[in-house]
Amino acid sequence: MDEPVLQIKDLQVTYYTDLGRAKALDGVSLSLSAGEKLGLVGESGSGKSTMALAVMRMIKPPGRIEGGQVIVDGVDLTSLSNEEMLEARLSKVAYIPQGAMNSLNPVIRIGAQMMDAIKAHIPQMSKADMEARCMEALQSVDLKPSVYRMYPHELSGGMKQRVCIAIGILLAPSVIIADEPTSALDVVTQRQVMETIDRVQSHLGAAVILIGHDMGLMAQFVDKVAVMYAGRLMEMSSVRDMFLDPKHPYAQALIASLPNLDNKGHFQGIPGRAPSLWRLPTGCPFHPRCQYAMDICRTEPPNFEPLPGGRRVACYLYTEKARA
Amino acid sequence: MTPLLEFKNVTKTYSRGLLNKSFTTALNNLSLTLEEDEPTILTVAGESGSGKTTLAMLMLGFLPPTSGQILYKGKDISKLKGDDRTTFRREVQAVFQDPFAVFNPFYTVDHLLTVPIRRFKLARNKKEARQRMDESLQAVGLQPEDVLGRYPHQLSGGQRQRINVARALILRPKVLVADEPVSMVDASLRASILQTLQTLQRDYGVSIVYITHDLTTAYHISKSIIVLYRGNVMEAGDVDTVIKDPQHPYTRLLIDSIPWPDIHRQWGSTGIKVQESEIHDTATGCKFAARCPAVMDICKTPPPLYRLSSHQAASCFLYRQQSEIEPEKLSELLPA
Amino acid sequence: MATNAISQAPGATAATTPEVRQPSRLTLLLRYLRRNKSLSIGLFLLFLLVAFTVVGLLAVDTAKAYPLSVRTKQPPSLQYPLGTDFFGRDLLAAMVVGMWQTALIGLLAGGIATIAGVVLGFISGYFGGPLDAGIKGISSILLPIPVLLIQVVIAGSLDKRDVTIYTLAFVVVLLAWMGPTLVIRSQVLSMKERQFVSVAKLSGMGDLAIIFQELLPNLLPFIVASFVTAVFAAEFSAFYLAVLGLGPLREPLLGNLIWSAQSQGAFFNGWWWWPMWPALAMVLILGSLALIIMGLDEFANPRVRRSE
Repeated sequence: MDEPVLQIKDLQVTYYTDLGRAKALDGVSLSLSAGEKLGLVGESGSGKSTMALAVMRMIKPPGRIEGGQVIVDGVDLTSLSNEEMLEARLSKVAYIPQGAMNSLNPVIRIGAQMMDAIKAHIPQMSKADMEARCMEALQSVDLKPSVYRMYPHELSGGMKQRVCIAIGILLAPSVIIADEPTSALDVVTQRQVMETIDRVQSHLGAAVILIGHDMGLMAQFVDKVAVMYAGRLMEMSSVRDMFLDPKHPYAQALIASLPNLDNKGHFQGIPGRAPSLWRLPTGCPFHPRCQYAMDICRTEPPNFEPLPGGRRVACYLYTEKARA
Repeated sequence: MTPLLEFKNVTKTYSRGLLNKSFTTALNNLSLTLEEDEPTILTVAGESGSGKTTLAMLMLGFLPPTSGQILYKGKDISKLKGDDRTTFRREVQAVFQDPFAVFNPFYTVDHLLTVPIRRFKLARNKKEARQRMDESLQAVGLQPEDVLGRYPHQLSGGQRQRINVARALILRPKVLVADEPVSMVDASLRASILQTLQTLQRDYGVSIVYITHDLTTAYHISKSIIVLYRGNVMEAGDVDTVIKDPQHPYTRLLIDSIPWPDIHRQWGSTGIKVQESEIHDTATGCKFAARCPAVMDICKTPPPLYRLSSHQAASCFLYRQQSEIEPEKLSELLPA
Repeated sequence: MATNAISQAPGATAATTPEVRQPSRLTLLLRYLRRNKSLSIGLFLLFLLVAFTVVGLLAVDTAKAYPLSVRTKQPPSLQYPLGTDFFGRDLLAAMVVGMWQTALIGLLAGGIATIAGVVLGFISGYFGGPLDAGIKGISSILLPIPVLLIQVVIAGSLDKRDVTIYTLAFVVVLLAWMGPTLVIRSQVLSMKERQFVSVAKLSGMGDLAIIFQELLPNLLPFIVASFVTAVFAAEFSAFYLAVLGLGPLREPLLGNLIWSAQSQGAFFNGWWWWPMWPALAMVLILGSLALIIMGLDEFANPRVRRSE
């Protein structure tokens, strides 16, 4: 394996609110090589969007990044000054936030919005270069050059989402983070948008993190799946391993709850409810809902340890076996 | 015997613009019946703009149809008075998509349950009211002490959505319109809500109209399905047949694009004709023609429904050698 | 770690996750005020002004607020802390009565304007139709008209001897209801589309029940904000009308004090204290209200709400 393009090391994010302190990310570590597609799944409140924001250094008060490193192409983003970070945001890491298509300014032409994005990050680029960049980006997301002169309301939802992807890749970033890029779109458009991201990614050779809770989309799109729960990574495996042989009990429950064509009318949820980040149980955060919980699970959180086959799991079921 | 709820050639058009009026047909000539003694789960599927939400609003009496009639127990719902009106209001209920927006942020979640009890005089005193609340909460799998007295933001999305179902249940409805009830709920909680809906149909005899764009859950929960595209029925029939063996090119595309959470079932290779912008089509023919891979000249005229089997029909000229079926007889195709 | 200590209680079974305790409303309010500086400073100033007026009304002889009750033209001294004026009014007593009357006009005019705004705004926003078109049309036409001009014309055409503080309040109300009406109307318009209104209909609620039980409680922050705004506008109008000599001349209204000081050439004669106190009080009143409005704006619009 070549040098990872993105390395996240022991990332910690805490929110300070009226209800007290909430650890939204608790020691998350992962690495991603160029061309890899990682799916980050978890229930709402599991910290998956926080992770994207933390990588972009866009955590707003009352939240704070309290520790850890985000290394992209050998540069630690957490050590950059605010100006350097601004430049890194589009040129190293692109972020397509949830509902991005609704964030386009309705009274400004698409082209002008794309130019603004470049200007904000590389003010010294010439106008002709910028325009060429924009056209190229539009073409790579399968939009006609005429879109450049259009207003957002002239475009359909899927087209707007592709414009947002085009803006994201203007400066050829090494990492693209897409947070639920298709949550408001119907299945056909969703497939189209995902295929666009796929093509753009292989063209740029970038690494992609797809955040979402739709396991179906993950099965269709990503290479690796990371399951988050209460601000921690529970398991990271190849998509095949995750669907055919999940290891962590939470991942197992998640996979078992999925509907498919062969189990009609069979509904299985995950018993219990997700813990509140303000009052996490001690030890492994999943232990109150886990049928295999042991004594050690109640007192000490398990480490995120490697298993054979390049997987990582945070569960004592496997670490003990590994030790024995 | 009079059906419970009946749509008779219902059309709904919206107009916009004052001088240059343009009309959009949200729902075109739909006929549908729900029988009281055969509670079923019927899926109405379609993407945004298909008219599925308009159908829900019409069914709840929130919108008047432009033409056609909607009858409840044989009476036009726009002309209901007095007791009939109260009965209709109580017996046709809904669960909406957003499990947060349905709560008034000013009140605790109790408000959602006490209002219908008070308004429809379902209890003689406080104790009885509390009893009814407890019953309905338990029926949807909630412990009353876990949720009562709390504010909506203190509960999880799944709990909130189940309280919504409990609100509808408290009224002992005959018809429940479920408009995307799980699309904003975490995947792990969807199962429990769908199960609750199924229990309502089976044990409480409620007919459920499940409105969704998600064919995965539709397949799992319902018995029959109507696929809408721009206000027109594309395909209808038994849910197993339609999903496993779709016939209309639109349904095929739709089903081929479902992201099944199954790595053995990858997205198909059907090419997608991109819908390049919000076309205001004035075309009189098949609404899907512009995107259809199998488009023919005849598609410029509106296709009737062709019967493919006893429980499947598609509105597409590919099947013009089959027998036509009148739109009024749509419900015959839908198994209860 | 404190959070963990709680859940490590002996015998705590794995199945029960400890609940998040919501801090008491008072704690939350105090924390909020600490964050929202303009609201807390505004409220503090307002409290000082109210305290001055209330204590004054109880401790000071209000009869001395009227002419010929004390020696004239005395500078501030121990006997007359704020001095006396040309007409023989004790300025301390005059200020106390003036503050009270100013508050009365503000509350009365602001209150009536807000109530009118709420009623009209709800009718207009909720029911729509021709009534809405009428109310919205009239408000939008009246809104940009220079209020000062109209008020001066109306107040100037009244017989000076009959003008009381109530007449003044009435003149102010005439052109103060459109703002609150339009604010409430737009809020009702957006809120009635919220889904809980549809659910209320399904639960059997009628229009009136929806208005009073579902919509009104949620609009309270906006109603309070537009009330304070209306009070501010009313104070300001009452003030300049009185400064122009169009107020109830007999009363020691703050604006009247300035008007009379000015007409007697207080500055030329070196009676600096005479116009100074009412001017200072007016600055404080308007300033505190403006700060409260800014603070409430943040409160009513959570999007700009500050966090810690």
